Amino acid sequence: MREITFEAVKNAVKTNLIKINYNLDDSFVKRLEDARDRESQSVSKSILDDIIENQKIARRGIIPLCQDTGIVVAFVEMGRNIFFDGDIGAAINAGVSAAYEEGYLRKSVVKHPFNRENTKDNTPAVIHTKLTKGEEIKIKLAAKGAGSENMSKVVMLKPSDGIEGVKQLVKDTIFKAGGRPCPPIIVGIGIGGNLEKSALLSKEALLRDLDDQSSDPTIRDLENTLYDEINALGVGAMGVGGDITCMGVKINYYPMHIASLPVAINIQCHANRHDEVIL
Amino acid sequence: MKKLTPPISNETVQSLRVGDKVLLSGTIYTARDQAHMRLVNEENPSFDLNGAVIYYVGPTPARDGEVIGACGPTSSYRMDSLAVPLMERGVKMMIGKGNRGKDFRESMQKNNAVYMIATGGAGALLASKIKKRELLMYEDLGPEAIYKLDVENFPCFVAYDVHGNSLFKGDDNA
Ligand code: SF4
Repeated sequence: MREITFEAVKNAVKTNLIKINYNLDDSFVKRLEDARDRESQSVSKSILDDIIENQKIARRGIIPLCQDTGIVVAFVEMGRNIFFDGDIGAAINAGVSAAYEEGYLRKSVVKHPFNRENTKDNTPAVIHTKLTKGEEIKIKLAAKGAGSENMSKVVMLKPSDGIEGVKQLVKDTIFKAGGRPCPPIIVGIGIGGNLEKSALLSKEALLRDLDDQSSDPTIRDLENTLYDEINALGVGAMGVGGDITCMGVKINYYPMHIASLPVAINIQCHANRHDEVIL
Repeated sequence: MKKLTPPISNETVQSLRVGDKVLLSGTIYTARDQAHMRLVNEENPSFDLNGAVIYYVGPTPARDGEVIGACGPTSSYRMDSLAVPLMERGVKMMIGKGNRGKDFRESMQKNNAVYMIATGGAGALLASKIKKRELLMYEDLGPEAIYKLDVENFPCFVAYDVHGNSLFKGDDNA
């Protein structure tokens, strides 16, 4: 039995959240540079230039990438063979609170749907916990802004709508969202399970590596065709028209009821802030 | 590339076309959701709305010695209906991100105003163009309070011009 302390979890979460709010992942920056080189429309190209320049300035550690430093999402895997004395959710929230204060990040969480009173430390995070084998705690963290989250949705399609129905839904959603979710975007799609499971799958899909491809051939094909067809919509960076609308499409699926075809679409903006900590 | 200094005149609004890149230098004012709700009922705002430029933004906290934190634009559509009475009172330019509704666009044309977008998510880059910040109204709103910003070569693009054109691909079908 390995012991992992409250402080260790808190500090790891804090450090990681500050890091992702100032440093866009190197491989993602490379993809943005590629996208900029491929873009043929001048306004869209100039916006991609701004986005690349922006992350260079943020990297100096003084000003975060984006003013919407998001609500924190955490996917926690707790190894069965560790000893953690306390509430893992509380430890994560303590890390969030410290990160948003010490990292000069914006506190964007309100307590109540209608009185909209700010919680003042960006807690609580949205936390999903799972028990696994082993001697580790693994925490996937994301700082999710509202611009792209607000353009996301779950729709209960009919099984007969099939692949074409899913494609149409995804493309309509992205076309209508236009510049609001800050394209170029990453699209996470969850298919199956039920209402809440599909939403969770779509969020997990967003956290996959952009090089990762689905092991299921039909799903992999769908990821690839949707990638091409979304870019063919011509929405462009910030919706101004262009060749680059999305940087990746990831689909996760799960078995479902014979009568259901739930589809969730979760959109991630170019401020693609997520990482993983292992303790 | 056009260089402009507020206040913005009717002639300037007329001369701008969709896709034009503009570098703003001078004074602009921040306001987003809550500030708009109050401002529309304000009889004597502490700045002149005539020819004013409003920037939809809610920055991160500034570090000691810094003018401002990250301060990219927020989504403009939430301010659509509240922007109408402000344009009627002389606001000439609004800066935000993303598409806006039909009613907003009609009112914009009627009131001879223009809608600009700044690069969403470019909070650090845009912060580097802000030279001075002064609290003007509604301190209790925190990051949503109204600030007067002195900007230098603040980059933005004309998204809706007064002649009825749109920069956005999705607008005809949304
Ligand atoms: S959608 Fe993303 S990039 Fe755009 S403002 Fe929100 S968090 Fe920032």
